Amino acid sequence: MNAIDVTERPGFLAYALAIENEAVERYTTFAEQMDVTNNREAAELFREMARLETLHAKEIEARIGGQTLPEGASCEYAWPDGESPEAPDFSDTHYLMTPYQALTLVLEAEQRAVEFFETIERAGTDEAVRKMAAEFAKEEREHVRRVRQWRERYPPPERDWDDDPDPPNQAE
Amino acid sequence: MERVVTSGAATEVTLKPKDYKSDIKPVWCPGCGDFSVLAAITRALAALKVAPENVAVISGIGCSSRIPAYLDTYGFHGAHGRALPLATGLKISRPDLCVLVAGGDGDGFSIGGNHFLQVCRRNVDITYIVMDNQVYGMTKGQASPTTEPDWDRSKLTPHGTRINAFYPLVVALASGANFIARASSSDPNGAAKVIGEAIGHPGFSFVQVLSPCVTFRPEQRDWKKIVRPAPIEATTDPAAAARRLMTDDNFYLGVLYKGNRAPFEPDSAGQPSTEQELEEEFKV
Amino acid sequence: MNDPAISIALVGSGGSGVMTAGSLLLEAAGRAGLYGMMSRSSGPQIRGGEAAALLRISTRPVFCLGNRFDFLVAIDWANAERFAAEIPLDTESTIVGDDDIPDEFSASGATFKEVSFKRLAAQSAGLRPNMIALGLIGSAIGLPPGELEAVAKKLLDHKGKATVEASVSALSIGAATLDGLKTIDIKTESVAELWNISGNEAAGLGAVRGGVRFVAAYPITPATEMLEWLAPALEKIGGTLVQAEDELASVNQLIGASFGGTPSLTATSGPGLALMTESIGLAVASETPVVVVNVMRGGPSTGIPTKSEQSDLNIALYGLHGDAPHLVVAPLSVSDCLFSAQWAVHLAETLQTAAIVLSDQSLAQTRAVIPRPVDVFFGARRAVQTEAWEDYERYATVPGGVSPMALPGLTGCQYTADGLEHNTQGTPSSRVEDHARQLDKRRDKLALHDYGDHWAHIDGNGPMAIITWGSSLAPVEEAVETLAPEGIALRVIAPRLLMPVQPERMAAALEGVETALVVEQSHGGQFFHYIRAFYAPECELHSMARPGPLPIRPADVTHAIREQWRGS
Ligand SMILES: Cc1ncc(C[n+]2csc(CCOP(=O)(O)OP(=O)(O)O)c2C)c(N)n1
Ligand code: SF4
Repeated sequence: MNAIDVTERPGFLAYALAIENEAVERYTTFAEQMDVTNNREAAELFREMARLETLHAKEIEARIGGQTLPEGASCEYAWPDGESPEAPDFSDTHYLMTPYQALTLVLEAEQRAVEFFETIERAGTDEAVRKMAAEFAKEEREHVRRVRQWRERYPPPERDWDDDPDPPNQAE
Repeated sequence: MERVVTSGAATEVTLKPKDYKSDIKPVWCPGCGDFSVLAAITRALAALKVAPENVAVISGIGCSSRIPAYLDTYGFHGAHGRALPLATGLKISRPDLCVLVAGGDGDGFSIGGNHFLQVCRRNVDITYIVMDNQVYGMTKGQASPTTEPDWDRSKLTPHGTRINAFYPLVVALASGANFIARASSSDPNGAAKVIGEAIGHPGFSFVQVLSPCVTFRPEQRDWKKIVRPAPIEATTDPAAAARRLMTDDNFYLGVLYKGNRAPFEPDSAGQPSTEQELEEEFKV
Repeated sequence: MNDPAISIALVGSGGSGVMTAGSLLLEAAGRAGLYGMMSRSSGPQIRGGEAAALLRISTRPVFCLGNRFDFLVAIDWANAERFAAEIPLDTESTIVGDDDIPDEFSASGATFKEVSFKRLAAQSAGLRPNMIALGLIGSAIGLPPGELEAVAKKLLDHKGKATVEASVSALSIGAATLDGLKTIDIKTESVAELWNISGNEAAGLGAVRGGVRFVAAYPITPATEMLEWLAPALEKIGGTLVQAEDELASVNQLIGASFGGTPSLTATSGPGLALMTESIGLAVASETPVVVVNVMRGGPSTGIPTKSEQSDLNIALYGLHGDAPHLVVAPLSVSDCLFSAQWAVHLAETLQTAAIVLSDQSLAQTRAVIPRPVDVFFGARRAVQTEAWEDYERYATVPGGVSPMALPGLTGCQYTADGLEHNTQGTPSSRVEDHARQLDKRRDKLALHDYGDHWAHIDGNGPMAIITWGSSLAPVEEAVETLAPEGIALRVIAPRLLMPVQPERMAAALEGVETALVVEQSHGGQFFHYIRAFYAPECELHSMARPGPLPIRPADVTHAIREQWRGS
């Protein structure tokens, strides 16, 4: 296993890019889940998130320019808790989830991204990398702030938000 | 991760995990662990650099068994419980392919239970991924072989099954599986690594992936808080593996056993003959 | 009697070796230029049980047992009475053996010649009663002694010189015991090339010729010998036979191997076919070619495993759930097992569906000396997608219904085969139009195919017909021959292709028929109901349905026909 060194510039950029790409993929999956289960509002919201994360990925790609980054399979990244911080957990969606809940997931993901970059900022050895990490952390804090504002537009879920009067469908 | 794929790796390709996904949207409930397993499989295949057209994913019936259609590999969504023999036939006649089997605990351990024993014994070079949610998701939440005996939430067994749960890893070891591991959908990267290693290991590899059914067993969302890596390295000693598995609480993750039995190879004659020659014995 | 054939029954128990003697007699007859067949009957014991080798030897090819036996040769009589119904004797017959003949046989009025094979064998070391019996009966029917010695040598060579010599002397002791025994001399004829083969072996060879290179199976009587022949044969030609854990596994292994592109086949019998039916439906729905040879035995349940019956017709025709058009092909003789198996593989492959071949115990376990079957060659093969294609659709609705199959390994055509109803791409769908489209596709590809003259064996003309199938054809043909000199002309129609049905061809075959008798070996008249349901002949239709375990004999058919038509 050829671990990618996050404390050096190319490795750091590879991680930063992976964070955004994984987030794009996860939000796309979530949007599709909500499409399939006919939760339009949540679907739109996740699709918007996928769009925003795509933009972020583009920004990072622009920064990388022509540099070659270390190659690594996605599962070779050593994330703090196994999974890319900005990708919400697969198990955290629900077909009846409200926009407020969807944005809570997003918010938590952005917060994890902040922590990720702050950790590198604190513990990094390479000055240039630490600087970049500080910059990215700041950006993520800005995302947190915006998502929080966004969430304020929606009411928190009712107590019986997951009530479904019909039984589950049985297929095969 | 080992990069050697025993088969199906004739052409190395560099693809992203998402390139292994088809454009069909899963019918699973949002939150279902199977989404994560799907991601893990695509990550493992990408890491192994195996070309999608050289992979065949075989399944039976169940929520989890829907997985082949969500992959951009070849696939076969067959009959309930019969994925293992179908894959056996395919792999024996097409050893060049990388053959995976994926499905649920009901599919694999109940209706297909005998095939599970036999496929472990036969040790054909395939990898079997069971998305274990200890319930029949597809048919509205009945108890499966891995369900605890006192689980009483199904209308069919309102007092619990009151029969012993099935321990697939122990059974796999006793039956001769050559690679035994447990992963969790709460850690798709960890699962991807284990699956990749399973594919790379010769012979029959069995990976149990704890994969919650959020609809019929919502309490399983808490599994992610319970699972933890197994404290020791994979052993090649079946006796040590047996001791470990017998005292295991079903939540230790990682590769638990790696055997070194040679994979099954069909007999082949030293001297090939023609169809014509086969007639000789009938001549009076 | 115009019957040139001689029928011989050899009985014995406790390792007496009657089966070996019977096989050697058949082989020697073949070497002498004669045709013949041998079927076997035995008690339920695994070892040491009573057994009977039932032979018929003739100057013409023979495909069924006769109405009576000329010789009953008993090495001993232990439990032999249980074969009485299978070995009809009359005053023209000869019984050879010890004098404690069971009443069931002596009541026939047959001539008796006392010979104690065991006492003869006790004369000197190494002599075996069965070889003495072989020498006796071989000479009685006029086989050259050299041929008997040659086959004995071939069999026993590996046991050493002493054994071979003892056998040769046993043969001559047998021949010398002929004194006072009525003998029948059958003229030998020279023919081009003869084969000594069983229906199971013939089906195995047909499978291989059809291109089968993967077989998975679970042993079951009376299909096992087909697998025993196939295992080494496949190994020699680069194929594989896998002994699976059960029939659920074997049929699914076929589906897997076939999905990968390898023509695949299994052999089983009723109980196994019942287990396979769910997945045969999968093969139909997923359009994966597989061939299942079902060697019928007495049913239902475990039934009578060692005896023949044509009673799996219904499960083969109707046993699949859902509307599942598939092929059902039935061989008409031992040698036709070769053609039918080869044809079934060809049809399954080209039409991308499941084929069930309905053989039966009497075809499969009968060993026959027959003219070498003619070679047939089918050019067409499975339609396979050979190049990457952006818009590839596995289940595309194309003219003729057969859409090319992409095999794993082909770039750009990845698809998931599915037993769930699907759209043209293979994606599961429960939409009205997708279901209708795929149902039509699977039906039409079978319906539109031209099966040619292979669909049936049709012979004769006139207003009276016998409609029959499978192993019942042989006694029917003999009956027809017997009745011809009496001025009873019969038309014989025996479909080899049972599904899909061929109404136009059948109508043409039945043109001008006023009365027809449907002959089959079942209790419920399954074939009769099938004929009525699918072909609704306008003629008067009668049924002659007899269950096993006794074979249908030519005389049963002549009797039924005389009953039916003499009066009218
Ligand atoms: C022969 C047969 N019996 C029953 C069924 C109904 N059935 C479909 S899926 C399933 C159980 C699936 O459970 P599991 O394999 O654990 O998969 P999950 O849905 O939980 O992923 C059953 C009983 C069937 N399709 N076929
Ligand atoms: S029912 Fe359970 S197993 Fe099936 S998709 Fe839903 S959560 Fe997954």
